[in-house]
Amino acid sequence: MIRVVLPAHLRMLAQVGLEVELEVTGSPTQRSLLDALEAAYPVLQGTIRDPVRQTRRAFVRFFACEDDLSHESPDAPLPDAVVSGVEPFFVIGAMAGG
Amino acid sequence: MSGVRVLVGTRKGAFVLTSDGRREAWDINGPFFGGWEIYHVKGSPVDPNRLYASQSTGWFGQLIQRSDDGGKTWEPVGNQFQYDGVPGTHQWYDGTPHPWEFARVWHLEPSLSDPDTILAGVEDAGIFRSTDGGKSWQELPGLRGHGTGQSWQPGAGGMCLHTIIVDPSDPDRVFVAISAAGVFRTDDSGETWCPKNRGLRSGAIPDEDAEVGHCVHRLAMHPSRPNVLYMQKHWDIMRTDNAGESWEEVSGNLPTDFGFVIDVHAHEPETIYVVPIKSDSEHFPPDGKLRVYRSRTGGNEWEALTNGLPQRDCYVNVLRDAMAVDSMDDCGVYFGTTGGQVYASANAGNSWVPLVRDLPAVLSVEVQTLP
Repeated sequence: MIRVVLPAHLRMLAQVGLEVELEVTGSPTQRSLLDALEAAYPVLQGTIRDPVRQTRRAFVRFFACEDDLSHESPDAPLPDAVVSGVEPFFVIGAMAGG
Repeated sequence: MSGVRVLVGTRKGAFVLTSDGRREAWDINGPFFGGWEIYHVKGSPVDPNRLYASQSTGWFGQLIQRSDDGGKTWEPVGNQFQYDGVPGTHQWYDGTPHPWEFARVWHLEPSLSDPDTILAGVEDAGIFRSTDGGKSWQELPGLRGHGTGQSWQPGAGGMCLHTIIVDPSDPDRVFVAISAAGVFRTDDSGETWCPKNRGLRSGAIPDEDAEVGHCVHRLAMHPSRPNVLYMQKHWDIMRTDNAGESWEEVSGNLPTDFGFVIDVHAHEPETIYVVPIKSDSEHFPPDGKLRVYRSRTGGNEWEALTNGLPQRDCYVNVLRDAMAVDSMDDCGVYFGTTGGQVYASANAGNSWVPLVRDLPAVLSVEVQTLP
Protein backbone atom coordinates (compact mmCIF):
# COMPACT_ATOMS: atom_id res chain seq x y z
CA MET A 1 0.00 0.00 0.00
CA ILE A 2 1.21 3.49 -0.83
CA ARG A 3 0.78 6.13 1.85
CA VAL A 4 -0.27 9.62 0.73
CA VAL A 5 -0.24 12.66 2.99
CA LEU A 6 -2.66 15.39 1.91
CA PRO A 7 -2.75 19.07 2.89
CA ALA A 8 -5.40 20.19 5.35
CA HIS A 9 -7.81 21.67 2.80
CA LEU A 10 -7.86 18.49 0.75
CA ARG A 11 -8.20 16.28 3.85
CA MET A 12 -11.31 18.28 4.75
CA LEU A 13 -12.71 17.91 1.26
CA ALA A 14 -12.08 14.18 1.12
CA GLN A 15 -13.07 13.75 4.77
CA VAL A 16 -9.96 11.74 5.59
CA GLY A 17 -7.22 11.84 8.19
CA LEU A 18 -3.59 12.83 7.74
CA GLU A 19 -2.75 9.84 5.56
CA VAL A 20 -4.63 7.72 3.08
CA GLU A 21 -3.45 4.34 1.82
CA LEU A 22 -3.87 3.34 -1.79
CA GLU A 23 -3.34 0.17 -3.77
CA VAL A 24 -1.70 0.91 -7.12
CA THR A 25 -1.27 -1.90 -9.60
CA GLY A 26 1.74 -2.31 -11.88
CA SER A 27 4.77 -0.06 -11.55
CA PRO A 28 3.47 2.95 -9.61
CA THR A 29 4.08 6.44 -10.98
CA GLN A 30 2.85 9.88 -9.98
CA ARG A 31 0.19 9.58 -12.65
CA SER A 32 -1.09 6.17 -11.58
CA LEU A 33 -0.93 7.13 -7.92
CA LEU A 34 -2.97 10.31 -8.50
CA ASP A 35 -5.37 8.36 -10.71
CA ALA A 36 -5.90 5.93 -7.84
CA LEU A 37 -6.28 8.78 -5.36
CA GLU A 38 -8.92 10.49 -7.50
CA ALA A 39 -10.73 7.22 -8.10
CA ALA A 40 -10.94 6.61 -4.36
CA TYR A 41 -11.86 10.22 -3.59
CA PRO A 42 -13.57 11.76 -6.65
CA VAL A 43 -13.95 15.12 -4.89
CA LEU A 44 -10.19 15.57 -5.35
CA GLN A 45 -10.45 15.49 -9.14
CA GLY A 46 -9.23 18.84 -10.38
CA THR A 47 -7.77 19.95 -7.05
CA ILE A 48 -4.24 18.54 -7.47
CA ARG A 49 -4.08 18.39 -11.26
CA ASP A 50 -5.71 20.69 -13.77
CA PRO A 51 -8.93 18.88 -14.71
CA VAL A 52 -8.40 19.41 -18.43
CA ARG A 53 -4.65 19.20 -18.96
CA GLN A 54 -4.02 16.77 -16.09
CA THR A 55 -0.89 18.75 -15.17
CA ARG A 56 0.11 19.55 -11.59
CA ARG A 57 -1.41 22.77 -10.33
CA ALA A 58 1.16 25.53 -10.03
CA PHE A 59 0.93 25.86 -6.24
CA VAL A 60 0.90 22.12 -5.52
CA ARG A 61 4.14 20.27 -4.85
CA PHE A 62 5.04 16.59 -4.45
CA PHE A 63 7.66 15.53 -1.91
CA ALA A 64 8.92 12.07 -0.91
CA CYS A 65 12.05 10.69 0.74
CA GLU A 66 13.22 14.28 1.41
CA ASP A 67 13.21 15.04 -2.33
CA ASP A 68 11.05 17.43 -4.33
CA LEU A 69 9.45 15.27 -7.02
CA SER A 70 7.30 18.08 -8.39
CA HIS A 71 9.19 18.39 -11.64
CA GLU A 72 9.66 14.66 -12.22
CA SER A 73 7.88 13.17 -15.20
CA PRO A 74 4.41 12.03 -14.15
CA ASP A 75 5.29 8.68 -15.68
CA ALA A 76 8.57 8.19 -13.80
CA PRO A 77 8.56 5.32 -11.28
CA LEU A 78 7.99 6.36 -7.68
CA PRO A 79 10.84 5.74 -5.21
CA ASP A 80 11.00 2.20 -3.85
CA ALA A 81 10.51 3.45 -0.29
CA VAL A 82 7.21 5.04 -1.34
CA VAL A 83 6.06 1.97 -3.25
CA SER A 84 6.82 -0.25 -0.27
CA GLY A 85 5.02 2.06 2.14
CA VAL A 86 8.09 2.88 4.19
CA GLU A 87 7.91 6.55 3.22
CA PRO A 88 4.77 8.56 2.41
CA PHE A 89 4.14 10.58 -0.73
CA PHE A 90 3.43 14.17 0.30
CA VAL A 91 1.02 16.43 -1.59
CA ILE A 92 1.88 19.95 -0.42
CA GLY A 93 0.11 23.26 -0.83
CA ALA A 94 3.03 25.55 -1.64
CA MET A 95 3.74 28.29 0.89
CA ALA A 96 2.82 31.36 -1.10
CA GLY A 97 0.73 34.43 -0.68
CA GLY A 98 1.98 35.57 2.72
CA MET B 1 -42.84 35.68 5.79
CA SER B 2 -41.13 33.63 8.49
CA GLY B 3 -37.65 35.04 8.37
CA VAL B 4 -34.58 36.13 6.51
CA ARG B 5 -31.39 34.28 5.64
CA VAL B 6 -28.31 36.25 4.61
CA LEU B 7 -25.66 34.33 2.66
CA VAL B 8 -22.21 35.85 2.98
CA GLY B 9 -19.18 34.87 0.90
CA THR B 10 -15.79 35.99 2.22
CA ARG B 11 -12.10 35.64 1.47
CA LYS B 12 -11.86 32.84 4.02
CA GLY B 13 -15.16 31.01 4.04
CA ALA B 14 -18.94 31.34 3.93
CA PHE B 15 -21.32 32.45 6.66
CA VAL B 16 -25.09 32.08 7.00
CA LEU B 17 -26.91 34.73 9.06
CA THR B 18 -30.51 34.05 10.04
CA SER B 19 -33.26 35.99 11.75
CA ASP B 20 -36.99 35.91 12.19
CA GLY B 21 -39.20 38.40 10.40
CA ARG B 22 -38.42 41.16 12.89
CA ARG B 23 -34.76 41.15 11.85
CA GLU B 24 -33.58 42.21 15.28
CA ALA B 25 -31.69 39.16 16.59
CA TRP B 26 -29.35 37.25 14.31
CA ASP B 27 -27.67 33.87 14.46
CA ILE B 28 -24.26 33.72 12.78
CA ASN B 29 -23.32 30.29 11.44
CA GLY B 30 -19.96 29.46 9.90
CA PRO B 31 -17.35 29.58 8.69
CA PHE B 32 -18.21 26.98 6.09
CA PHE B 33 -15.27 25.96 3.86
CA GLY B 34 -12.85 27.77 6.18
CA GLY B 35 -9.77 29.13 4.45
CA TRP B 36 -11.29 29.00 0.95
CA GLU B 37 -12.41 32.02 -1.03
CA ILE B 38 -16.18 32.00 -1.40
CA TYR B 39 -16.99 34.34 -4.23
CA HIS B 40 -20.74 33.77 -4.15
CA VAL B 41 -23.50 31.89 -2.35
CA LYS B 42 -27.04 31.97 -3.69
CA GLY B 43 -30.30 30.13 -3.08
CA SER B 44 -32.86 28.78 -5.51
CA PRO B 45 -35.96 30.97 -5.81
CA VAL B 46 -37.97 27.76 -6.22
CA ASP B 47 -36.56 25.83 -3.26
CA PRO B 48 -35.04 28.15 -0.64
CA ASN B 49 -33.25 25.26 1.04
CA ARG B 50 -31.27 24.58 -2.14
CA LEU B 51 -28.14 26.71 -1.99
CA TYR B 52 -25.11 26.85 -4.23
CA ALA B 53 -21.66 28.15 -3.28
CA SER B 54 -18.60 28.93 -5.36
CA GLN B 55 -15.51 27.75 -3.46
CA SER B 56 -11.99 28.30 -4.77
CA THR B 57 -8.36 28.86 -3.92
CA GLY B 58 -5.33 29.63 -6.01
CA TRP B 59 -3.84 26.37 -4.75
CA PHE B 60 -6.54 23.80 -5.38
CA GLY B 61 -8.86 25.42 -7.91
CA GLN B 62 -12.63 25.59 -8.10
CA LEU B 63 -15.40 23.59 -6.49
CA ILE B 64 -19.13 24.08 -6.45
CA GLN B 65 -20.82 23.19 -3.17
CA ARG B 66 -24.54 22.48 -2.84
CA SER B 67 -26.78 22.43 0.20
CA ASP B 68 -30.29 21.00 0.41
CA ASP B 69 -30.99 22.09 3.96
CA GLY B 70 -30.53 25.83 3.86
CA GLY B 71 -26.80 25.78 4.45
CA LYS B 72 -26.56 23.45 7.44
CA THR B 73 -24.74 20.78 5.43
CA TRP B 74 -22.97 20.93 2.09
CA GLU B 75 -21.92 18.53 -0.62
CA PRO B 76 -19.26 19.17 -3.27
CA VAL B 77 -20.73 18.69 -6.74
CA GLY B 78 -19.08 19.54 -10.05
CA ASN B 79 -15.82 21.34 -10.68
CA GLN B 80 -15.26 20.77 -14.40
CA PHE B 81 -15.56 24.05 -16.29
CA GLN B 82 -14.21 23.37 -19.75
CA TYR B 83 -14.63 25.97 -22.46
CA ASP B 84 -16.37 24.74 -25.58
CA GLY B 85 -14.00 23.80 -28.38
CA VAL B 86 -10.68 25.59 -28.80
CA PRO B 87 -10.93 28.54 -26.41
CA GLY B 88 -8.91 31.00 -28.49
CA THR B 89 -7.58 34.27 -27.12
CA HIS B 90 -8.70 37.55 -25.64
CA GLN B 91 -6.53 40.62 -25.07
CA TRP B 92 -4.17 40.76 -22.13
CA TYR B 93 -3.59 43.95 -20.12
CA ASP B 94 -0.89 45.03 -22.60
CA GLY B 95 -3.09 44.36 -25.62
CA THR B 96 -1.39 41.14 -26.68
CA PRO B 97 -3.43 37.98 -27.34
CA HIS B 98 -3.84 35.80 -24.25
CA PRO B 99 -5.34 32.32 -24.13
CA TRP B 100 -8.69 31.92 -22.44
CA GLU B 101 -8.01 30.22 -19.08
CA PHE B 102 -10.59 29.25 -16.49
CA ALA B 103 -9.79 30.72 -13.07
CA ARG B 104 -12.93 30.70 -10.90
CA VAL B 105 -16.68 31.12 -10.68
CA TRP B 106 -17.64 34.66 -9.70
CA HIS B 107 -21.41 34.46 -9.76
CA LEU B 108 -24.07 31.76 -9.51
CA GLU B 109 -27.60 32.42 -10.75
CA PRO B 110 -30.13 29.69 -9.99
CA SER B 111 -33.08 29.27 -12.35
CA LEU B 112 -36.35 30.98 -11.53
CA SER B 113 -38.24 27.73 -12.17
CA ASP B 114 -36.00 24.70 -11.62
CA PRO B 115 -33.76 24.18 -8.57
CA ASP B 116 -31.42 21.91 -10.56
CA THR B 117 -30.74 24.48 -13.27
CA ILE B 118 -28.19 27.18 -12.62
CA LEU B 119 -25.97 29.59 -14.57
CA ALA B 120 -22.39 30.38 -13.59
CA GLY B 121 -20.39 33.44 -14.59
CA VAL B 122 -16.69 32.72 -14.66
CA GLU B 123 -13.21 34.21 -15.07
CA ASP B 124 -11.90 34.27 -17.82
CA ALA B 125 -15.26 35.61 -18.88
CA GLY B 126 -17.75 33.01 -19.97
CA ILE B 127 -21.11 31.61 -18.95
CA PHE B 128 -21.86 28.00 -18.07
CA ARG B 129 -25.10 26.17 -17.35
CA SER B 130 -25.83 23.12 -15.24
CA THR B 131 -29.14 21.28 -15.42
CA ASP B 132 -28.28 18.57 -12.92
CA GLY B 133 -27.85 20.50 -9.73
CA GLY B 134 -24.27 21.58 -10.38
CA LYS B 135 -22.79 18.14 -11.11
CA SER B 136 -21.89 18.93 -14.71
CA TRP B 137 -21.42 22.23 -16.52
CA GLN B 138 -21.63 23.17 -20.18
CA GLU B 139 -20.51 26.47 -21.63
CA LEU B 140 -22.92 28.64 -23.61
CA PRO B 141 -20.26 29.41 -26.22
CA GLY B 142 -22.29 31.94 -28.17
CA LEU B 143 -21.25 34.64 -25.72
CA ARG B 144 -17.50 34.36 -26.21
CA GLY B 145 -18.00 33.51 -29.86
CA HIS B 146 -20.38 36.24 -30.96
CA GLY B 147 -17.59 38.31 -32.50
CA THR B 148 -16.07 40.72 -29.99
CA GLY B 149 -14.52 38.19 -27.60
CA GLN B 150 -11.04 38.53 -29.04
CA SER B 151 -11.02 42.21 -28.08
CA TRP B 152 -12.11 41.80 -24.45
CA GLN B 153 -9.58 42.81 -21.81
CA PRO B 154 -9.49 42.08 -18.07
CA GLY B 155 -10.28 44.68 -15.46
CA ALA B 156 -8.05 45.07 -12.43
CA GLY B 157 -9.77 42.13 -10.73
CA GLY B 158 -9.49 39.83 -13.71
CA MET B 159 -11.69 39.29 -16.76
CA CYS B 160 -14.76 38.18 -14.90
CA LEU B 161 -18.39 37.63 -15.80
CA HIS B 162 -19.83 38.89 -12.52
CA THR B 163 -23.49 39.68 -13.14
CA ILE B 164 -26.26 37.46 -14.49
CA ILE B 165 -29.86 38.67 -14.52
CA VAL B 166 -32.68 36.53 -15.91
CA ASP B 167 -35.77 38.41 -17.11
CA PRO B 168 -38.60 37.02 -14.96
CA SER B 169 -41.18 37.82 -17.66
CA ASP B 170 -39.16 36.04 -20.36
CA PRO B 171 -36.59 33.54 -19.03
CA ASP B 172 -35.03 33.23 -22.49
CA ARG B 173 -33.77 36.79 -22.05
CA VAL B 174 -30.64 37.04 -19.91
CA PHE B 175 -28.35 39.98 -19.24
CA VAL B 176 -24.72 39.51 -18.24
CA ALA B 177 -21.96 41.97 -17.45
CA ILE B 178 -18.24 41.49 -17.87
CA SER B 179 -15.38 43.53 -16.50
CA ALA B 180 -14.00 45.05 -18.68
CA ALA B 181 -16.07 44.22 -21.75
CA GLY B 182 -19.56 45.48 -20.94
CA VAL B 183 -23.16 44.30 -21.03
CA PHE B 184 -24.44 41.50 -23.26
CA ARG B 185 -27.96 40.19 -23.78
CA THR B 186 -29.41 36.99 -25.13
CA ASP B 187 -33.05 36.60 -26.18
CA ASP B 188 -32.82 32.89 -27.00
CA SER B 189 -31.69 31.33 -23.74
CA GLY B 190 -28.00 31.77 -24.37
CA GLU B 191 -27.65 30.62 -27.96
CA THR B 192 -26.80 34.06 -29.35
CA TRP B 193 -25.67 37.27 -27.66
CA CYS B 194 -25.33 40.95 -28.53
CA PRO B 195 -23.41 43.76 -26.83
CA LYS B 196 -25.74 46.31 -25.21
CA ASN B 197 -23.48 49.20 -24.39
CA ARG B 198 -24.77 52.10 -26.45
CA GLY B 199 -24.62 55.27 -24.41
CA LEU B 200 -21.81 54.12 -22.14
CA ARG B 201 -18.79 56.43 -22.28
CA SER B 202 -15.47 55.39 -20.78
CA GLY B 203 -12.68 57.90 -20.97
CA ALA B 204 -10.00 55.35 -20.22
CA ILE B 205 -10.39 53.51 -23.53
CA PRO B 206 -9.25 54.76 -26.94
CA ASP B 207 -12.76 55.02 -28.40
CA GLU B 208 -14.91 56.39 -25.58
CA ASP B 209 -18.08 55.12 -27.29
CA ALA B 210 -16.79 51.70 -28.30
CA GLU B 211 -19.22 48.79 -28.65
CA VAL B 212 -17.28 46.82 -26.03
CA GLY B 213 -14.48 47.54 -23.59
CA HIS B 214 -16.49 49.23 -20.84
CA CYS B 215 -15.76 48.28 -17.25
CA VAL B 216 -19.25 47.55 -15.98
CA HIS B 217 -19.14 46.78 -12.27
CA ARG B 218 -22.72 45.71 -11.58
CA LEU B 219 -26.28 45.63 -12.94
CA ALA B 220 -29.58 45.57 -11.06
CA MET B 221 -33.20 45.09 -12.12
CA HIS B 222 -36.56 45.19 -10.39
CA PRO B 223 -38.53 42.08 -11.39
CA SER B 224 -41.66 44.09 -12.19
CA ARG B 225 -39.78 46.29 -14.68
CA PRO B 226 -37.51 43.99 -16.67
CA ASN B 227 -36.75 46.60 -19.33
CA VAL B 228 -35.28 48.96 -16.76
CA LEU B 229 -31.76 48.18 -15.63
CA TYR B 230 -29.44 50.18 -13.44
CA MET B 231 -25.67 50.04 -13.71
CA GLN B 232 -22.73 50.93 -11.56
CA LYS B 233 -20.03 51.37 -14.16
CA HIS B 234 -16.39 51.86 -13.18
CA TRP B 235 -17.27 55.53 -13.16
CA ASP B 236 -20.91 56.59 -13.73
CA ILE B 237 -24.31 55.37 -12.60
CA MET B 238 -26.31 54.48 -15.70
CA ARG B 239 -29.85 53.43 -16.50
CA THR B 240 -31.66 51.92 -19.47
CA ASP B 241 -35.40 51.91 -20.04
CA ASN B 242 -35.30 49.72 -23.13
CA ALA B 243 -33.51 46.54 -22.01
CA GLY B 244 -30.06 47.83 -22.81
CA GLU B 245 -30.66 49.31 -26.26
CA SER B 246 -29.44 52.65 -24.92
CA TRP B 247 -28.10 53.92 -21.60
CA GLU B 248 -28.18 57.34 -19.96
CA GLU B 249 -26.19 58.62 -17.04
CA VAL B 250 -28.05 59.22 -13.75
CA SER B 251 -25.11 59.97 -11.44
CA GLY B 252 -26.66 63.33 -10.56
CA ASN B 253 -25.52 64.81 -7.25
CA LEU B 254 -23.46 61.87 -5.96
CA PRO B 255 -20.18 62.92 -4.29
CA THR B 256 -18.38 60.46 -6.59
CA ASP B 257 -19.85 58.12 -9.16
CA PHE B 258 -17.18 55.44 -8.80
CA GLY B 259 -18.27 52.33 -6.94
CA PHE B 260 -19.14 48.69 -7.24
CA VAL B 261 -22.60 47.81 -5.91
CA ILE B 262 -26.05 48.88 -7.04
CA ASP B 263 -29.40 47.44 -6.05
CA VAL B 264 -33.13 48.15 -6.24
CA HIS B 265 -35.74 48.36 -3.45
CA ALA B 266 -37.92 45.24 -3.37
CA HIS B 267 -41.22 47.13 -3.71
CA GLU B 268 -40.27 50.48 -5.28
CA PRO B 269 -38.76 50.04 -8.75
CA GLU B 270 -37.49 53.62 -8.85
CA THR B 271 -35.71 53.41 -5.50
CA ILE B 272 -32.08 52.42 -5.93
CA TYR B 273 -28.99 52.20 -3.75
CA VAL B 274 -25.27 52.71 -4.36
CA VAL B 275 -22.19 53.06 -2.16
CA PRO B 276 -19.94 55.77 -3.63
CA ILE B 277 -16.22 55.02 -3.46
CA LYS B 278 -13.65 57.79 -3.77
CA SER B 279 -11.87 56.62 -6.92
CA ASP B 280 -10.38 53.72 -8.81
CA SER B 281 -7.03 54.44 -7.23
CA GLU B 282 -8.39 54.88 -3.68
CA HIS B 283 -10.87 52.10 -3.04
CA PHE B 284 -12.48 53.57 0.07
CA PRO B 285 -15.35 55.95 0.84
CA PRO B 286 -14.82 59.71 0.48
CA ASP B 287 -13.76 61.51 3.67
CA GLY B 288 -13.64 58.26 5.66
CA LYS B 289 -17.46 58.24 5.85
CA LEU B 290 -19.36 55.11 4.89
CA ARG B 291 -22.50 56.33 3.18
CA VAL B 292 -25.15 54.51 1.21
CA TYR B 293 -26.86 56.79 -1.27
CA ARG B 294 -30.50 56.29 -2.17
CA SER B 295 -32.42 57.69 -5.09
CA ARG B 296 -36.21 57.50 -5.04
CA THR B 297 -36.42 58.86 -8.58
CA GLY B 298 -34.52 56.19 -10.48
CA GLY B 299 -31.32 58.18 -10.32
CA ASN B 300 -30.04 61.76 -10.61
CA GLU B 301 -31.39 62.87 -7.20
CA TRP B 302 -29.57 61.13 -4.37
CA GLU B 303 -29.68 61.35 -0.57
CA ALA B 304 -26.99 60.13 1.81
CA LEU B 305 -28.01 57.44 4.32
CA THR B 306 -25.67 57.58 7.30
CA ASN B 307 -27.64 56.67 10.42
CA GLY B 308 -25.76 53.82 12.06
CA LEU B 309 -22.87 53.79 9.60
CA PRO B 310 -19.36 54.92 10.60
CA GLN B 311 -18.86 58.59 9.74
CA ARG B 312 -15.18 58.88 10.52
CA ASP B 313 -12.01 56.90 9.92
CA CYS B 314 -13.73 54.34 7.72
CA TYR B 315 -11.68 53.07 4.78
CA VAL B 316 -13.39 49.86 3.69
CA ASN B 317 -14.69 48.98 0.26
CA VAL B 318 -17.99 47.36 -0.76
CA LEU B 319 -17.45 44.90 -3.60
CA ARG B 320 -19.73 44.39 -6.57
CA ASP B 321 -21.74 41.38 -5.37
CA ALA B 322 -21.95 42.51 -1.75
CA MET B 323 -25.36 44.20 -1.59
CA ALA B 324 -28.82 42.64 -1.55
CA VAL B 325 -32.39 43.35 -0.45
CA ASP B 326 -35.07 41.27 1.23
CA SER B 327 -38.75 41.46 0.30
CA MET B 328 -40.29 41.93 3.72
CA ASP B 329 -43.01 44.61 3.91
CA ASP B 330 -40.39 47.07 5.12
CA CYS B 331 -37.69 46.34 2.59
CA GLY B 332 -34.41 45.26 4.19
CA VAL B 333 -31.13 46.32 2.61
CA TYR B 334 -27.84 44.53 3.36
CA PHE B 335 -24.23 45.04 2.38
CA GLY B 336 -20.84 43.67 3.37
CA THR B 337 -17.46 45.37 3.46
CA THR B 338 -13.86 44.43 2.90
CA GLY B 339 -13.42 45.12 6.62
CA GLY B 340 -15.66 42.17 7.45
CA GLN B 341 -18.77 44.05 8.54
CA VAL B 342 -22.23 43.12 7.31
CA TYR B 343 -24.62 46.05 7.75
CA ALA B 344 -28.40 45.78 7.54
CA SER B 345 -31.28 48.20 7.41
CA ALA B 346 -34.78 46.94 8.19
CA ASN B 347 -36.32 50.22 7.00
CA ALA B 348 -35.17 50.68 3.43
CA GLY B 349 -31.93 52.36 4.42
CA ASN B 350 -33.13 54.94 6.94
CA SER B 351 -31.00 53.39 9.69
CA TRP B 352 -28.36 50.69 9.80
CA VAL B 353 -26.96 48.18 12.27
CA PRO B 354 -24.01 45.82 11.91
CA LEU B 355 -25.15 42.20 11.96
CA VAL B 356 -21.54 41.12 12.42
CA ARG B 357 -18.36 43.17 12.51
CA ASP B 358 -15.30 41.00 12.16
CA LEU B 359 -15.66 38.51 9.33
CA PRO B 360 -12.96 38.08 6.70
CA ALA B 361 -13.27 40.52 3.79
CA VAL B 362 -16.77 40.17 2.38
CA LEU B 363 -16.97 39.24 -1.31
CA SER B 364 -20.71 38.72 -1.69
CA VAL B 365 -24.01 39.12 0.12
CA GLU B 366 -27.28 37.51 -0.92
CA VAL B 367 -30.59 37.51 0.95
CA GLN B 368 -33.39 34.99 1.05
CA THR B 369 -36.81 36.02 2.33
CA LEU B 370 -38.12 32.77 3.73
CA PRO B 371 -41.76 31.71 3.33
